Amino acid sequence: MERIIENIKKQFPLQDVNSDHGWFITCEKKDVISLLTHLKITGGFTHLILITAVDWIEEDRFQLTYLLNNPQLKIRLGLRTFIERSVWPDESEMQSAHHLWPAVKTYQRELHEMFGIDFPGSPEVNDPLILEYWDDIPPYRRDFDTKKYSEETYFPREGRGSNDPAEYMKSQLYPNEGGKSQDFPQEISKKSSGEKNA
Amino acid sequence: MAKMNYKKRFSDLEKRMVTSPDGEEFEVDPMKDYFSDARPKVHPPSKITPLENFMNWCRAESIYILGFGTGCGAIEMRPLMSPMYDAFRFGIHWRPTPRQSTVFVIGGYASVKTIKRIVRSYEQMQGPKWVIGLCSCTINGGMYWDSYNTVNRLDHYIPVDVYITGCMPRPEALLDGFTVLKKRIKEGRGEGSNEYAENFDWYKANQKKIIKSWDMPDYNW
Ligand code: SF4
Repeated sequence: MERIIENIKKQFPLQDVNSDHGWFITCEKKDVISLLTHLKITGGFTHLILITAVDWIEEDRFQLTYLLNNPQLKIRLGLRTFIERSVWPDESEMQSAHHLWPAVKTYQRELHEMFGIDFPGSPEVNDPLILEYWDDIPPYRRDFDTKKYSEETYFPREGRGSNDPAEYMKSQLYPNEGGKSQDFPQEISKKSSGEKNA
Repeated sequence: MAKMNYKKRFSDLEKRMVTSPDGEEFEVDPMKDYFSDARPKVHPPSKITPLENFMNWCRAESIYILGFGTGCGAIEMRPLMSPMYDAFRFGIHWRPTPRQSTVFVIGGYASVKTIKRIVRSYEQMQGPKWVIGLCSCTINGGMYWDSYNTVNRLDHYIPVDVYITGCMPRPEALLDGFTVLKKRIKEGRGEGSNEYAENFDWYKANQKKIIKSWDMPDYNW
């Protein structure tokens, strides 16, 4: 693995190499497609496992991760890159890699829908995948408040309680040590069996 | 986000003139051939009580299920068909299409995308029809209660007769749910389809609030 990384380093400027939990290399946005092509054609990483994104809202950027697999040598390599995070309704942009693997198309559609990252030129990238005609902030962005949205949209059933799991376990297991005991389970089962249940 | 044009995609479903092999010209409207979009009507139960009781007994003893298995809880429906639980001895059968079924079993959470299909399937079923909400997710959202895409209360979109709690419920609980449903039907309280017809506007408003890609007729059967 070290030899492969050395080889890559000779040809591409890498920002970071990390081997804490599997191997991950980081490169600049403009090098990603050429590096992916290189890895696929000469490096033997012929299998794309997935493409995913992480929203680093504090640093104002998205992290894209391409996970690759080399079936011959049975090794895996992650390629990371950081792209600028735009404020919705502007979309961030990334080059499309759909010409390398057919499956990339679907991942890019998903990223476009869930994170608002656009991949110009990728086929069907504008079609709805899971959310049909979503008109809010893309739901996987961290500035989207799912709880608030759900409460406003989906008629929450009243009578639903929730507890902090750590506090609740403490109060149940060690009731004498200050944890306030709550009658949460009984209340829930009473309410949720519902007035309609005969 | 750019919107996809559904019409363009299904252009062969549009209204058009067709010439038959013998030269006759006639109009074809494929979307109208398969359904009627008239509003649902209320069918009040028969005034002759013994007759109605007999009818309800018949209905309760021959339950034809349409399973909607997009949630994890739907996996509990399969053991019922096996010899171990053998739901057939209760007069419960599984059918493949909405047209042939009387009981709609929603197995687990419903997302916005699936609620659209649920509504369509429900409307295509013949009345009288009943709905069983399987799993906690249909009751109050279950563990997906604060999700961006999962509906919390199924009974705001279609009328539900019986809820079965649990995440997930055992097959025995499901059998018990059917027993409760049978009791309800025999007592003449399973009036879901009439309820739907009476509160049609309320149900439609709720459905339209969340289904943004409303590209179907308001009611179809
Ligand atoms: S209640 Fe539990 S088992 Fe049932 S659909 Fe929801 S998450 Fe799945």
